[in-house]
Amino acid sequence: MNLEEYKGVFVFAQQVDNQNSGIALELLGEAKRLAAPLNTEVTAVLIGSDVKGLCDELAAYGADRVILVDDPELKEYRTEPYTHALSSVINEFKPDIVLVGATAIGRDLGPKVSARVATGLTADCTLLEIGDFPIVAKPGVEQKHNQLLMTRPAFGGNTIATIACPNTRPQMATVRPGVMQKIDPIKDAKAEIIEFNPGFTPNSNYVEILEVVKAVNDTVDIMDAKILVSGGRGVGSPENFKILEELAEAIGGEVSCSRAVVDAGWKPKDLQVGQTGKTVRPQVYFAIGISGAIQHVAGMEESDLIIAINKDETAPIFDVADYGIVGDLNKVVPKLTELIKANKKAL
Amino acid sequence: MKIVVCVKQVPDTKGGVQFNPDGTLNRAAMLTIMNPDDKAGLEAALRLKDEYGAEVTVLTMGLPKAADVLREAMAMGADHGILVTDRVLGGADTWATSQTIAGALRNIDYDLIITGRQAIDGDTAQVGPQISEHLGIPVISYAQAIKLEGDSVVVERQYDDRYHVVKAKMPCLITALAELNEPRYMTPGGIFDAVDAEITTWGRADLKDVEDCNLGLKGSPTKIARASDKVRKGAGQKVALDAEEAAQYITDKLLEKHII
Repeated sequence: MNLEEYKGVFVFAQQVDNQNSGIALELLGEAKRLAAPLNTEVTAVLIGSDVKGLCDELAAYGADRVILVDDPELKEYRTEPYTHALSSVINEFKPDIVLVGATAIGRDLGPKVSARVATGLTADCTLLEIGDFPIVAKPGVEQKHNQLLMTRPAFGGNTIATIACPNTRPQMATVRPGVMQKIDPIKDAKAEIIEFNPGFTPNSNYVEILEVVKAVNDTVDIMDAKILVSGGRGVGSPENFKILEELAEAIGGEVSCSRAVVDAGWKPKDLQVGQTGKTVRPQVYFAIGISGAIQHVAGMEESDLIIAINKDETAPIFDVADYGIVGDLNKVVPKLTELIKANKKAL
Repeated sequence: MKIVVCVKQVPDTKGGVQFNPDGTLNRAAMLTIMNPDDKAGLEAALRLKDEYGAEVTVLTMGLPKAADVLREAMAMGADHGILVTDRVLGGADTWATSQTIAGALRNIDYDLIITGRQAIDGDTAQVGPQISEHLGIPVISYAQAIKLEGDSVVVERQYDDRYHVVKAKMPCLITALAELNEPRYMTPGGIFDAVDAEITTWGRADLKDVEDCNLGLKGSPTKIARASDKVRKGAGQKVALDAEEAAQYITDKLLEKHII
C-alpha cells in the first residue's frame, strides 16, 4: 500500500428518508477543520436512491465535492449494498481519512467497510486531531507526521485513549453524534458533483426488508436543546415528571432523563441521556433526582453548566455539578419554577 | 441446527467500578462478568434451542481464565465451549480480534452466529460485523427480536428512530442488543455439570486460513498513541439549603450567567 496515494478527507453523508442526517453536517464541519492543516479537500460521499437534491446542503456545510452513489437498491439502509457503495468509492478515490457517524447505521457500515478495504477503524471518537505518531519521538522509531489522532472514551467513560492508524489507509473513525460542530452554512455554496455507480447485483448477503416500522415521535431532539431539565429515578413516578416539565417550560428548555427512567417505562428512549442514550452538551443541564452513574455522566459532562438537585449528599452527580443542591426535589423544583417565572416577568 | 455464540469476559463497569486513591481505575479490584449484550445473544440462542432444537456452542477469545464465562454459559444450557487463547493473539484491536475469531469459526459448522452488539469495556460494536465480513456471510446488527422461518432468520433490526423487519438466509451473523431478552439463571444441575465439562482450547495453530500479519498486537492496524484514566471535571459548590433558599440560590446563579 503506497500511503502517499491516499488524499483528502471523506465524510459518509448519512441520509435517512432522503434527508441529510445532522451527523452528516457535523462531520463536514469537522472534516473542514482537519482538511486545513493537511491542505486538502473535503468530500461528502452521498449514498441513496434519488438523493441528488441533498448535494447543495452538503456544499453549504463544507463539502468541496460530493461523490454521489445513487441506485434504487440503496433506498433503505441495508448493510451489503451500502458497504459495497462506500468500499468501492474508497478503492476508486483513495481517501486519506474517512469519517462515519457513530449512529445505528454508521456503527454497522463502518466495521464492514473497514474490514472490506482492510484498514483500521476507531469507534465512537469524541476528538480528532492531526498530529505525529508516535506523539513523542522515540529513538529508532520513525515518527510519522500528519496522522489522524482519534480520541475516544472506553470502559464506560472511565478512561480515554488516543488511537492512530499509521500503516494502512484510509484512516477511519466513527464519530459520536452531538460532539462535533457544524459550520455556519455558506450561502449559495456549490460543490463539484461526481456521479459514481459501482453496480449493484443482489447476492446472498443482500437481506430482504419485510417491513419498516417508524417510531411515533413528536418529541424534540434533546441534542438540540439549549437547556435540559433531566430527571432520574429520584423523581419517583411518571406523573411527578410534571414538575420538571413546568420548570422546563418556565426556563425555555426540554425534559430529558436517565436510563433508569427509560427502563422503568416512564419516558421513551429518545429522551435518554448517557452512554447508551444520547450525548448532550446544552448551556444548562439540570440533573434532578439523578444519582450520576458513570454511564449517565459520560453523556452530559460536557454541558456548560450543570446544576444537580438530589437528597443524597453522597450522590456522584455532585462530583461533576457546578452547583449542587442537597434537598428534596419535590419542594425545590416547584419553588424554582415560581422564582424563574417571577424573574422573567420582572424583565 | 447449529448456533455459535461469541462471548467476552469483561470487567464489570456497571456499579462495580473501583478507583485507586489517585483517581485512576483499579482494574484488579473489579469483578469480571459475561458481557451483557453477549449474554442476551446466548439467551436468544438458548430460546431457539428450546423452541426448535439446536446445538449451541459458545466461543470466547481471551486469557485462560476466560474459561469461566464458557462454564457459566454451559451452566445456562450451552452444549459446548471453545476457548481461543494464545500469547501471540494478545493486544489485538477489532481487526485482529475478528480475524482470530473468524479463523476459529472456520473449523466449525454453523447455521447461525450470534455476537453481542458491543462489549462494555471497549464499546466499539465492530467485531461482530467484521467477523461476518471475513466469513463472507450477511450480518444483521442491533437485533431486538429473532425468529426462524425455514432456512431463514427474521430479525427486528433497531435504528435510532425505527426498526426494520429483515429476513436473511442462513448462515448469517446477528449482533444482539441487551434489551432482546432477560437472560435465564444458571441451574444448580447445570452449574454442577459445567464444573467438569470439557472445554476445547485452541491456540494460534488451530486457526484456519488466517495470516500471522493479521493477528495480535502486530497485526492490528490501529495503535494506541496515548491512554489515560479520565481526568474528571472537579466538583463545584455543594450546598444544603431549605427549598426557598435553594431556589433563590439557583435563580441567582442563572441570573449571574445571563441565562434568565
